[in-house]
Amino acid sequence: MEEKYLKHKYDPIIPSKNEWPVVKLARERKEFVKKVSDLAEERILNLTDKNPDILKEELETTLYREKLRIKQNPWVVDPDDEGSFWGEVKDSLLHITTATGTTKKKKLEGYQSILNKITSRYAEEIASNFKHTHYKFTRSVVTYGFSRLLNAARVKGFKSIFSNQYTLQDKIQITGETDQLRDLATKGTVVMVPTHFSNLDSILIGWIISVLGLPPFIYGAGLNLFNISIFAYFMNSLGAYKVDRRKKNLIYLETLKTYSKEAIQFGCHSLFFPGGTRSRSGMIESKLKLGLLSTAIEAQRANFQNGLDDISGKIFIVPVTINYHFVLEAPSLIRDHLSITGQERYYKENDEFSNSYKISKFLLKFFTKGSDISVSVGKAMDVLGNYVDENGDSLDKKGRKIHTRDYFLSEGEITVDHQREEEYTNMLGKRIVEEFHKINRVFSSHLVAFTAFEMIKSANRKLDLFDLIRLPEEDISIPYDEFKANCNKVLDRIIQLTENGKINMAPHLHNDMDTIIKHGLDNVGMYHAKRPLIMDAKGDIVTEDMSLLYFYHNRLTGYGLEKLF
Amino acid sequence: MDSKNSSEPQKKWIGVLGVGSFGTAIANMLAEKSPVMVYARKEDVVNEINTNHTAQGKALNPKIIGTHNPEEICKSCDILFMMISSSGFQDVAKTFAPYLHPYHLVIHGTKGLCLNLGKGETLDSVQKIQRSQILTMSEVIMQETVVVRVGCLAGPNLSKELIKGQPAATVIASKYNEVILEGQSLLRSEKFQVYGNSDIVGVELSGVLKNIIAIASGALAGLELGENAKGLLISRGMVEMVHLSNALGGSVKSVIGLAGIGDLVTTCNSVDSRNFTVGFRLAKGETLDQIMADMEEVAEGINTIRVIKAFLETADLRAPITEYLYRVLFEEFDIKEALQFLMKYPFNVDIDFV
Repeated sequence: MEEKYLKHKYDPIIPSKNEWPVVKLARERKEFVKKVSDLAEERILNLTDKNPDILKEELETTLYREKLRIKQNPWVVDPDDEGSFWGEVKDSLLHITTATGTTKKKKLEGYQSILNKITSRYAEEIASNFKHTHYKFTRSVVTYGFSRLLNAARVKGFKSIFSNQYTLQDKIQITGETDQLRDLATKGTVVMVPTHFSNLDSILIGWIISVLGLPPFIYGAGLNLFNISIFAYFMNSLGAYKVDRRKKNLIYLETLKTYSKEAIQFGCHSLFFPGGTRSRSGMIESKLKLGLLSTAIEAQRANFQNGLDDISGKIFIVPVTINYHFVLEAPSLIRDHLSITGQERYYKENDEFSNSYKISKFLLKFFTKGSDISVSVGKAMDVLGNYVDENGDSLDKKGRKIHTRDYFLSEGEITVDHQREEEYTNMLGKRIVEEFHKINRVFSSHLVAFTAFEMIKSANRKLDLFDLIRLPEEDISIPYDEFKANCNKVLDRIIQLTENGKINMAPHLHNDMDTIIKHGLDNVGMYHAKRPLIMDAKGDIVTEDMSLLYFYHNRLTGYGLEKLF
Repeated sequence: MDSKNSSEPQKKWIGVLGVGSFGTAIANMLAEKSPVMVYARKEDVVNEINTNHTAQGKALNPKIIGTHNPEEICKSCDILFMMISSSGFQDVAKTFAPYLHPYHLVIHGTKGLCLNLGKGETLDSVQKIQRSQILTMSEVIMQETVVVRVGCLAGPNLSKELIKGQPAATVIASKYNEVILEGQSLLRSEKFQVYGNSDIVGVELSGVLKNIIAIASGALAGLELGENAKGLLISRGMVEMVHLSNALGGSVKSVIGLAGIGDLVTTCNSVDSRNFTVGFRLAKGETLDQIMADMEEVAEGINTIRVIKAFLETADLRAPITEYLYRVLFEEFDIKEALQFLMKYPFNVDIDFV
C-alpha cells in the first residue's frame, strides 16, 4: 500500500553555485536591467508606431494611473520617491507639449527619453535581488527548522527534537516525473507552472526545487507579499522578481514581459503561477493568465532566431500540481469567489497571511499535526504543449519526432508574428490545464468533501448555488451508510479515470472505505475553526460550514463526476 | 518531375488534395498564379491528370501536375488545400499525418462533420452526443496531425459557376492572420473576392448547417409551395442555424455573413445540389432508401441531420426544422404533416439573437 515517495535528497545538478544561471544573472544585474529597460522601450516604440502623439497619450495614461495608484492604494513596499518621480515625469511631459516650434522628430526624442526613464525605473523595481548567502541560509532554515519541529511532534519527548527519524519529505511527498525534470534542467531551460491555492505555495515550490537538486528558479511574486518582512526575505532569497498587480499600464506590462523573456533566454529556469492568483474557488485553474506564458513562447522563438536550434536553446514547460488536505486561506478565498460570482458590488481583498505571527502559528500547526501535502510533477512539454522525450525532442501524438522550430516558420524562415504567438499561447494554456487535471492527485479529503456536497446538492435540486450555501448547517445531516455507498460510487469512477490516465490517486485511497472516510473526515480542512465536514455523535455526516465544504469539493470538479448524482 | 525546377523556380508549390468538382475548380484558380500539385489516391486518375490534363473528365490547367504520393506533395508544398469529401476526410488526414510538419498551412474546403467516438461506438449505439464528440474538419486536422495553422474555405461557391469564371466570393476563416493572408493572396482575382474571418468554427458550422435547410428548401419546391414559403424558410432557417452554431461554439456574426446566409440563399435556390434533390424527391413521395439507392454520393445534409439530432438530445435547445426533417427522413413521418407542425410552431419573436 505504501507508495514509494521520493525520500532521498538529490545531488545538485550544477554543484558550483557560480554556474547557476540565477547567480550569473545577479552578477550581471546592472547590465541586465539596462538591457531589459532598453528592449522594453523599443517594444513600446514599435507598439506606438513611433508616432509622438500616440506615445504621448500612452505616457499620459501611465502618469495618470500611477498618480491615482499612489493616492488611492499605497503600500509599505512602495519607494519614498514615487511622488517626486512622477512629478518630474509630469513636468517633462508638459515641457515638451507646450514648447512651440519643435519638430516632430524632436518631440519624439523627448518622449522617448521620458519613456526610457520609466522603463528603467520599472525594470529596476522588477529585477530580483538574489543573494546566494541568503538563499543558502533560507534553505537550511526551512529544511532544518521544519524537520526539527516535525520530529518533536511525531516522536514523543523533548530529546526527540534532535532525532532524525522523520524528515520533511515524509510530510511533503514529491511524485511524478522528477528525473526527467532534473535531466532537462541540465540541458535546456525549464519553465515550471504549478497550480496555486495558497500563499505557502511559493515557499513550498522553492523547497522542492532545492530538494530536487535544481538551481534556484526565478519567479514573479506579487509585490504585496513583499509587504510582509518574513516573506520578503524568503522571496528575495529564492530569486523572486516583483510583480505589481496594481500597475496595469502598458509600459509596466511590457517591461515585465521583457524581463521574463530575457531571463528565460539567459537560461534562468522560471516559475509562473499561470492562474495568476490563488484559485479562489478551490477548483483547478481552468482559465490561465497568458501574459507571462507568452514570454516563454517569445523566448523560444528568439532562441531559434539566434540559431540556438539544439537542446541548449529549448524551453520546457513542466506543469506541477500541489495537493492539500487543508488550505489555510480557504475561508476568505471562497468568500471572495462567492461574492465575485454572486455579483455583489463589494469586494475587498483579505489576506490571512497578514503578519508574520499568523504564518508562524500556521507553520507550527502544520508541522506538528499531520496534514500531508503532495506535489506531482508532470511530464515536460515544449512551448506548444507537445511532450518531449529524454533528449528533449518534441513528439507528436503518435510519437514521431517533430521540430518545435517548424511552428515559427513561414516559407522556410523564422518569422515574428505576434498574432500567431498569441494563438500559440492560448493553445499552451489549454494544454497546461489538461495536464493539471491529469496529474491532479485525489486525497481522501477531496473525496469526502465532493461526495457530501453533491449529495446535499442533489437532495435540494431546486436551490441554486447561493441558496444552497445559505442552507442552515444544522438542517443538514447525511446518514453514514448512504454516504459510504456514494463515496464508493465516486471512488470507483476515480479509479476508472486513474486507469485511463485522467487523474491520479494518493495511495491512502486503496484502504477500505471506512478507513478512507475516517482519514478524509480527519483531514478535510482540519485547522479551520468551523470544519467543513465531521461525524456527529450519532455517526451521521454533518457540516459546520457549507461554503468551505463547497471549496474543498471544487477540487474534483471538471471530471464529470457530478453526473453520478 | 523535372518540371518542378524548370517552371517558375522562384515560386513555392501549392498542394491540392482531392480532385472532386470543388477541388478541381480551386486547383485551376490557384494555377493562375502559382505552380500547383494535386493529389489523387487512384493512380489512373493521376495518369489522366498528367497526360490528358483532365481530372475525371473535368479540364485542368495543363501546368498542374498530379501525384498519388502523400510524402511527395507534403515535401514540395508548404501550403495544402484539402478538398476531400467529409466521409473520406478523417482517413486522408491520417494518411497524411506522418508527412505533415508544424510548418505546413492547411486550408480545407469540406462542409461536413465527423464524430469523435470511442472504439466500437457508432451514432446508432450512442444515440446522444456532446459537443466534444463532434469534430469540425479543422478539428479533425488538429486531432490527427501536428498542423496547427489551419484554415477553412466556405461560401456560395458552386463549382459549375466557378469553372465558367463567373464572379463569386469566398470566406477564408482561420485563427491565424497569416493563413487568411496567404489564402487571399493565392486565390484573389478580378472575379473572385476573398474575405477573412477569425471564427473558423463558426464559418465551418455555417457551411455544414445550411445543408439541413437546403433539404427543407428542396421539400418546399417539391410541394410546389412558392416563393413566399421559401423566404419564410430561409429566414427561419437562418435563426435555427444561429442557435445551433452558437451551441456548438460559433458566433452569430459568421452565420449572417457570406459563408452563412450567402451560402444558404445560393444552396436553397440551386436545383442541382444533392441536398436540395433529397428534399425535392422526399416531397414527391419517395423514401430515403429509394433516394439513396440512386445517388452516387450521400447528400451531406442527411448525415448532418443525424449528428445534430443526437447533439440536441444533450443540449438544452430546440431546432424544429432539423427535428422534423429527422422524423421525416428516419421515422417515416409524413412531410406534409411536418410542415403543418412547423407552421404552428410557436415562434413569436422574429429575431431573438441580436
